[in-house]
Amino acid sequence: MAARTLYDKLVDAHVVRNLDDSGLVLLYVDRTVLNEYTSPQAFAGLRAAGRKVWNPRAALMVVDHVNPTAARRVRAMPDDASTRQVDYFAENAREFGIEYFDILDPRQGIEHVVAPEQGLVMPGMVIAAGDSHSTAYGAFGALGYGIGTSDIEHYLATSTVRYRRLKTMRIHLSGTAAPFGVTPKDIVMEVIRRIGADGATGYAVEFSGPVVSDMSVEGRIVMSIMIVEAGARGVVIAPDQKVLDYLKGRPRSPKGEMWERAAASWLTLSSDPAAKFDREVTLDISEVAPLVTWGTSPDQAIAVTDNVPDPVQQAAPDRRAAAMRALSYMGLTPGTSIQSVPIDFAFIGSCTNARIEDLRDAAEIFRGRRVAAGVRAIVVPGSTQVRAQAEAEGLAKVFTDAGVEWRQSGCSMCLAMNDDVLKPGERCASSTNRNFEGRQGPGARTHLMSPAMVAAAAVTGRITDVRSLLGGSRQ
Amino acid sequence: MMPFDQVAGIAAPMMAPNVDTDVIMPKMFLKGVDRSGLGEGAFNLLRFSGGKANPDFILNQDGYRDACFLVVGPNFGCGSSREHAVWGLQQLGIRALIGTSFAGIFDDNCANNGLLTISLDPERVTALASVIADRTRNDVAVDLAAQTIRFDCGRRRMPFEIEPARKEAFLTGRDFIASTLIHADDIRAFEARHRAASPWMF
Repeated sequence: MAARTLYDKLVDAHVVRNLDDSGLVLLYVDRTVLNEYTSPQAFAGLRAAGRKVWNPRAALMVVDHVNPTAARRVRAMPDDASTRQVDYFAENAREFGIEYFDILDPRQGIEHVVAPEQGLVMPGMVIAAGDSHSTAYGAFGALGYGIGTSDIEHYLATSTVRYRRLKTMRIHLSGTAAPFGVTPKDIVMEVIRRIGADGATGYAVEFSGPVVSDMSVEGRIVMSIMIVEAGARGVVIAPDQKVLDYLKGRPRSPKGEMWERAAASWLTLSSDPAAKFDREVTLDISEVAPLVTWGTSPDQAIAVTDNVPDPVQQAAPDRRAAAMRALSYMGLTPGTSIQSVPIDFAFIGSCTNARIEDLRDAAEIFRGRRVAAGVRAIVVPGSTQVRAQAEAEGLAKVFTDAGVEWRQSGCSMCLAMNDDVLKPGERCASSTNRNFEGRQGPGARTHLMSPAMVAAAAVTGRITDVRSLLGGSRQ
Repeated sequence: MMPFDQVAGIAAPMMAPNVDTDVIMPKMFLKGVDRSGLGEGAFNLLRFSGGKANPDFILNQDGYRDACFLVVGPNFGCGSSREHAVWGLQQLGIRALIGTSFAGIFDDNCANNGLLTISLDPERVTALASVIADRTRNDVAVDLAAQTIRFDCGRRRMPFEIEPARKEAFLTGRDFIASTLIHADDIRAFEARHRAASPWMF
C-alpha cells in the first residue's frame, strides 16, 4: 500500500461506503459533543421527521455558550431566550437519551475542555461536533472538526456525515525549546500570520516536529484549536506517550486489559515516513516572539515589540481596504508602538486558553502584582474541574489578590453570547481566538494574545511584552 | 432543502476578504431554538446603525436592495460554524454566492440548505464585480443545469465548475438524511467491524 498520512489513515478507517466515484464518502463519526446554541434546530429536525438518534451513547451535551460566569453558580439563566435554549437542550437530552452535563454539574465546562477531561476523546477516533473549534481533538490523534447544524442532525440520525477528503498540510515546527516567553499560542499565531486567514482553507493539518514532541498535550490543544483561524478543516497530531499519560485513568478511558490493547494500538498511529503532503509549511520557532493582533482578522498580528503596520504595505486593493477598515475599527494609527496601546479589559478564558497550564502561566504574572487602575480583568476557567484544580493549587487566590475576578466556567467573552459583553469602543486584551468585528460586543476591540500576555497587559494597563515581567523584579 | 435550478436577478459586490460568520450573523441573533427572525440578523451591525439603515452598506443602496446574489471576496464565511449565517442570508433573499473561495464549514452549511456557492478564478470574480458595480448593467442569471453565469444584461456568459453529486443535490433539493438511511445496513455492518477492531471506542 502506498505511504499514507495519519489523516488519510483515520479517514480510510472510517469510510462506510463511497457515495460516488469522485471521492464523496459516508464517514463514520465516533463521537460528538453538543452545545445549546448550534443543536436546537437539529433536534427539531429529528422531531419533525420522526427520526431517532442512531447512537445516543456516542454523544455528550454540555451547556457552555450562553450561561453566565458569575462567581455564584445558579441554575437559572439570566434572560428568557437563554432559559428557553437551555430548557430545550435539557428536554432534547431526556427525550433522545443523551448524557447531559447541566450548568450545576461538577463536570460542566467548555465542550472542548470537558470532552478530553472525561476521557471521551481517544486517538484514532473521528469526532465531528457543532463548533468550529472541534479541531481541538486533533491534539490526541483523533480527527476533529466542526460541522453546522444540518450536519449535526445528519450525524445524530445516522452516526455518519457525508464527507469529501481534504488536501493535507504538514506544519513542521523545528527548533528546540520555545524562546523565553513564547507559548504554543504565539507559535500558532505566527503560523497563521505567515500563511494567512485562508492559508489552510480546504486542508487537514498535521503538526509535527521536535517542538510538538516536546510540547504538552495542553499546548497541542491550543495549536489544534487556533489553526482553525487559518481555515484548517481538520487537525491531527500523532499520539505519543504524553497523550497516553493524559488519558490514563480518565473517567471514560479504557481500563485494565482494554487499556493495554488500546494504548498499543494508539502508539501505531502516525503518518508513514514516505507519506506525501499536498503542502509543507516549516517554522523555526527560535524566530518567534510573543504576538498580538492589531486588526480584526487573526492573521493581522505583529510581534509585541513592533509597531502597528501601515496598510499601504498591502499591494492588493481589497486587502489594503480591509486593513484600513480594521485600523479604523480598532482605533489605531499606523506606526504606533503596539505596547503604547492602553486596554480597558483583560479576558483570560475560552477553549483555546483556559486550561490549567494557561491559568498557571497567567498566575505567574499576577502573583504579587495588581491589576492596573481603570482595567477590569476576569479569568473564566475552561471547566468547572479546571476551576476546582486552580483553587486547589492556590491560583484562584493569586487572581483575587491581584484584583482579578475569578469566575465560573463557560465560553463567556470569547463570543460574548452570555452577559459578559464589552461596551462599544472598549479595548480588550484577550486569550481567545477571534478578533472579528463585534465578536466581544458591538464596537468592541479585541487584541488576541497568550494568557501570560493578557496578564501582563492587565497589570500594566497597556499591551506589554510579557518578557519584561517574567523572572525579573516585582513591583 | 430548497432546490436551485435557474435564478436571475441583481448581484451585490462585497469584495472584502475574510468576511466572517460573526459579521454575517451577530451573536444577538443566536439565541433561538428555531430558524426564525434571522433575516433581520443578517449583517445586522453593518446594515443598521442607531436603529436606522446604514447608507454605506451595499444592500441599503439603490439598485442593490433586492439582490439575490452576492459577489464576494476570498474566504467568505470564515470563523464560527453557526449555520444561522446561512439561514439569515437565505431569509434576506440571497440564493447564490459567487467568489474565489469559501470557508469549509460555511460552504458545507450552504450546500445543506440550497444556498449555491460558486467558486471562480480571481480574474472572473473581479470582472463580474466590476460589471455589477454599474447599476445599469446589473442583471445576472445563474443556470445550474447548464453551469453558466450570464451577466452584463445577457451580453456575457461564463461557465463554472461543480462536482456532479453536489450539482445533483442542489437541483433536486435532496434530503441527505433520507438518502443516507438507505445505507443503514452498511452503517450497521461498518459499526460491527469497527467495534471488533477498536472495542474501546464503544
